[in-house]
Amino acid sequence: MSTLRKRITLSALSFSICAGISGAVFAQSLGSPISESQLRGFDLIAPPDGSGYPEGGGTALQGKIIFESRCSACHGMGGEGTSAATRLVGGDMQSEERPIRTVGSYWPHASTLFDYVQRAMPADAPKSLSSSEVYQVIAYILNMNGIIEASLVLNRDSLLQVEMPNKDGFIDRSQAL
Amino acid sequence: MSKQELEKVAGNGLINRRHLLGLGLAGVGVAASSTLLGADAGMNLEIPSWSKQPGPGASGYGSRSKFANDMQRLSGNPNPLYPGGGASRSPLHQLQGSITPNSLHFERHHAGIPDIDPSQHKLVIHGLVRQPLVFSYEDLLRYPMISKIYFLECSGNSGTLFGPNPADGTAQSIHGLVSGAEWTGIPLSTLLDEAGVEPEAQWINAVGADAASMGRSIPLNRAMDDVMIALFQNGEPVRPEQGYPMRLFVPGCEGNISVKWLTQIKLSTEPGHFRDETSKYTDTRLDRKSLQFTYPMGTKSVITSPSGKMKLERQGVYQVSGIAWSGRGSIRRVEVSADGGRSWADAMIQSHQSEKALARFRIPWEWSGGNAILQSRATDSQGNVQPTRTSLVTEKGNISTYHFHGIQSWAVNTAGDIANVYA
Repeated sequence: MSTLRKRITLSALSFSICAGISGAVFAQSLGSPISESQLRGFDLIAPPDGSGYPEGGGTALQGKIIFESRCSACHGMGGEGTSAATRLVGGDMQSEERPIRTVGSYWPHASTLFDYVQRAMPADAPKSLSSSEVYQVIAYILNMNGIIEASLVLNRDSLLQVEMPNKDGFIDRSQAL
Repeated sequence: MSKQELEKVAGNGLINRRHLLGLGLAGVGVAASSTLLGADAGMNLEIPSWSKQPGPGASGYGSRSKFANDMQRLSGNPNPLYPGGGASRSPLHQLQGSITPNSLHFERHHAGIPDIDPSQHKLVIHGLVRQPLVFSYEDLLRYPMISKIYFLECSGNSGTLFGPNPADGTAQSIHGLVSGAEWTGIPLSTLLDEAGVEPEAQWINAVGADAASMGRSIPLNRAMDDVMIALFQNGEPVRPEQGYPMRLFVPGCEGNISVKWLTQIKLSTEPGHFRDETSKYTDTRLDRKSLQFTYPMGTKSVITSPSGKMKLERQGVYQVSGIAWSGRGSIRRVEVSADGGRSWADAMIQSHQSEKALARFRIPWEWSGGNAILQSRATDSQGNVQPTRTSLVTEKGNISTYHFHGIQSWAVNTAGDIANVYA
């Protein structure tokens, strides 16, 4: 083997070693394994398939008491709101005038109501309601909108059965370019 | 050089953009412009006081001139019933170039800014993955990173222009929910690959660690594309109001999905249908159907100077300048009109024309003291052209006020006052 060829072979070898090292660096795995059971108190996501609903439950009658003490400052005693953005009740997507969009008239999934109240409400003390209190207060909001009866015990099973009036009102544009 | 020799390229005083750089017109524009703009100072210049004594020395952390302190973000009054909610807007009318200083980058919060200790912060990737993983901030700092310049725009930016009457505002108050920065971070695909995406996974659900635990869903194919976990903004750690210690960054898309204070990514077959992708950030059409997951921001431009509530003090040549951007590519062309859209001239695009980033444009314009309506119209690399306000509102209606990207008009009157108008 000529000296020149040796040099080429050696440099090719050292190049492949470098590539190997940098390859190892890029493929590094630094995340630590964790199990879903360890995330039970962390994962608040409650999608429409009901997979995120916790234990607990209650009725609109129970929710009324919570609503009036914890929610009415912004949302009004009857969910009428203190502004257009805080109105929860009423509205009609097919009205002649500009439609009033509320939980009752606009929101396509009851799960969103559970998910949002659980993660973000009340605005001055998020995550301060128990799971049962969340079920109760959303039962009251759904009841004020005429979507469920006041006596219905809302829980993980009955919430899955709740159909929202505007459930077919949305078009998924997530794949639009 | 007399002003008559400036080459007019469109109605009501627009001057060939080549005068800006003297390209092919070797210095003519510069000489002419300074002649027109300058006035006799009427006094002899002397050495100023600050040139006669040493100033303070170097410092650990810089601050701007006290004479530039008027440059502020503009925010609404705090709402005691909605603590930490709201937005602040970048002072577009005072900024130049295409990078927004971090301290002036717009903000939008849903429950205020959390005070996160990075040593206690976790990023979890779980759901439909082979191995759920948790990452610390220190872990993430060891990954290979990328740096890219991108715009970020709130979906509600310029939304007032859907309204029946033109807002009496400034470039900042109307359009200030857009900013540009260099973002550095880890491609999300790197971490998703490490966790091992299950074949049935179609969506990611991204959740922040703020008091609203704000969540948004993004299709997996988009998440695997150019989405990153941003740790640095313009070279420094992402600021608290931008998501410290880490945020999702989804280039070109409505700002709300670039979830700040990112702490959870859950893979699933269906979107989470969070409140901010159902009740909010959805676009109800005239037929009362509502579009959901409308991510990309439209092809858009805004004249930032001269702009609303400024005043032209004297006739002469002004530099019309602004920013243009598109969520679907780079900016290929910006045209400017001074006669309400009857005639147009090409502006000079003066920044690196990278994808999904702000582009600065400029064109000289001679104001002769008459009425004028200044407009700008952007075209992106995909051929998308910024629509007129009328065509946008006719098409989309105004039940929803997200994704306004129509042409906006600044009217100049004979007194030199400038106001937002519908033209």
